[in-house]
Amino acid sequence: MSKLQIIDLYVSVEGKQILKGVNLELSTGEFHVIMGPNGTGKSTLSAAIMGHYKYTVDSGSILLDGEDVLKMSVDERSRKGLFLAMQYPSEIEGVTNADFIKTAMQARLAEGEHISLFKFIKTLDKASQELKMKSDLPHRYVNVGFSGGEKKRNEILQMKILKPKFAILDEIDSGLDVDALRIVGENVNEMKSSEFGALVITHYERLLDYIKPDYVHILMNGKIVKSGDTSLIEKVDQNGYDWIKEELGLDDDPITVTSIGTCAVKSSLAKNEA
Amino acid sequence: MSDKKEFLENLGNDYQYGFKTDVKNVIDTGKGLNKDVVEQISNIKKEPLWMKELRLKAYHEFEKKKWPTYGPDLSFIDFDEYTYYIKSSEKAESSWDNVPTEIKDTFDKLGIRESEQKYLAGVSTQFESEVVYHSTIKELEELGVLFCDTDTAVRLYPEIVKEYFAKVVPYQDNMFASLNTATWSGGSFIYVPKNVKIEKPLQSYFRINSEQMGQFERTLIIVDEGASVHYVEGCTAPKYSKDSLHAAVVEIYIKKGGYCRYSTVQNWSNNIVNLVTKRAYVEAGAHMEWIDGNIGSMVNMKYPACVLAGEGAKGTTISIAFASSNQFQDTGAKMIHLAPNTTSQIISKSLCRGGGKVNYRGLVRHGKNATNAKSHVECDTLILDDISTSDTIPTNITQNDSSYIEHEATVSKVNEDQLFYLMSRGLTEAQATQMIVMGFIEPFAKELPMEYAVELNQLIKLEMNKN
Repeated sequence: MSKLQIIDLYVSVEGKQILKGVNLELSTGEFHVIMGPNGTGKSTLSAAIMGHYKYTVDSGSILLDGEDVLKMSVDERSRKGLFLAMQYPSEIEGVTNADFIKTAMQARLAEGEHISLFKFIKTLDKASQELKMKSDLPHRYVNVGFSGGEKKRNEILQMKILKPKFAILDEIDSGLDVDALRIVGENVNEMKSSEFGALVITHYERLLDYIKPDYVHILMNGKIVKSGDTSLIEKVDQNGYDWIKEELGLDDDPITVTSIGTCAVKSSLAKNEA
Repeated sequence: MSDKKEFLENLGNDYQYGFKTDVKNVIDTGKGLNKDVVEQISNIKKEPLWMKELRLKAYHEFEKKKWPTYGPDLSFIDFDEYTYYIKSSEKAESSWDNVPTEIKDTFDKLGIRESEQKYLAGVSTQFESEVVYHSTIKELEELGVLFCDTDTAVRLYPEIVKEYFAKVVPYQDNMFASLNTATWSGGSFIYVPKNVKIEKPLQSYFRINSEQMGQFERTLIIVDEGASVHYVEGCTAPKYSKDSLHAAVVEIYIKKGGYCRYSTVQNWSNNIVNLVTKRAYVEAGAHMEWIDGNIGSMVNMKYPACVLAGEGAKGTTISIAFASSNQFQDTGAKMIHLAPNTTSQIISKSLCRGGGKVNYRGLVRHGKNATNAKSHVECDTLILDDISTSDTIPTNITQNDSSYIEHEATVSKVNEDQLFYLMSRGLTEAQATQMIVMGFIEPFAKELPMEYAVELNQLIKLEMNKN
């Protein structure tokens, strides 16, 4: 069993502080969901855990099985078992998906060890079938010309193959139609084990029809303001977030939407998918 | 397979082909160039009078020629410091058993013999000035294909050589074409008869071994009507402290409906000055493709050209240039459209790092008869650090009002979001950068024969890790 701890985390982007003391603890075998209104720092949290260059951790700490994650480079975090399924995965011209994924698998092996080509092809084939992806996937350039839904499925495909301890799924539901949502949801669910846990960031409850969380957290104004079980989801679904503000006496302090996590782009992606 | 594997595994930390072989030179003209040296070269080769006269005319022309007015400063070149002709084995051999052991060792280190068997129909390797080994598989001979070194061609096929030699690139063309015509030695000669289509690529490997040695090979390819050929030229040279000069000329003549592809990955060590004139004359409906990689050399000036002379002729150049520290790559392409409905495409990918300088210098000209001509030029540059520089210098001219030229150019740095994405999957920064770079040059790499693509991959890796 592994543990990911986020302790009193303060994070800024472009000089503005977005996270103001986040505390969260995840164990493998658990699915946690973070919900919250737009611009409250959900994507900031996921980017900070992975070490995105635009995000500065002002104070606090992140520990993976007691090891200081903030001291690790991005690639080290990945090799130690963290995975971020991104909201807007990069496109890389000229690099095939197969080459990319094989290199990522290879990066996890000790020096001198090599993945057998046969094993690699089998692994990739199996995963792409489970995600119902087109058979030309290995030969296409990484995310180039992929629809919004294909990009998201490609993220989940990589997660399945790289087998992290903890995956952070950042709005993995945006841009997915109903069928794709089900496929992605089922594939994430199947991974749940004593070796795998997930932090699911979403703003709709619809993904949660498929991914059953153990814990639900509401992030507002840069802090986790409420935690509970799935009943919280229903409440948010029916009543929005205003009741929480009232209950906790929070100020209405909308945070400027940053480049990661805008709703405008997301809805246009959803249109593309349709 | 084991040789090959070892060869790949031995791709070292430094310039991997920088090994030197001790070879006893049979003939050596000594340093410097004058009329006597030119005559001596011709006499050694027992050339016909017309070739000797052409050499001398070219030599006198060379004396009058001035340095190019563009590109890198070449005035550091002292022509008296070079040796213009060295012969290191008595005659061209057609079996490996007869090639001197030291020379064989060198080619073994380069992995030539195995690649010959696996991918290539014929190999012509040039060690110093004379081609020491040459073989063409039987079927080609039966088809009437002529493939030999150019010296042999002068002896065996004087009529063909005389008809085409120095016609596409005249001896007066430029300073280095004059120099080459005066002092040329070796190079490949290919004649593909009418309607003969050669499926497998033909290959030649050039190598400079002696210090301060000029290498002036001369390649002549004639593709007859409806015929096709893919020729692959590889270049590696050992590393020395003094500068060496390489000034080759490649002339290609493609007749009606013919096709020729000429692929090179130039990987001279970083003390070579590489000044090469490559030009193809393309008749009606014929197609010329230059696949031109420039990784090595200290100073490199190379602009493969197509003269699209017949209606519907087509020219393509896909090239990369990679300049690392102490390198200046001034490369590009030229497309000269002289007939209606001619089309051309240039795809150029330039990279620089470690303070290197890489320029794209291109020319597209649609003459007044080139009605409805079309050209597409795409130049992309990737600058890998803050100390390296690049210029894009395109010249586009149209002299009629029905043709059009499209030109696109981009200059970029390695994208931080792409780096983050790849690193978030466990790739180190170096691996991620390399992957982005390999993706950038993919349009070039995918055109290469498989073995060359593997070698290119290794070379890029070495370049990226060089200090």
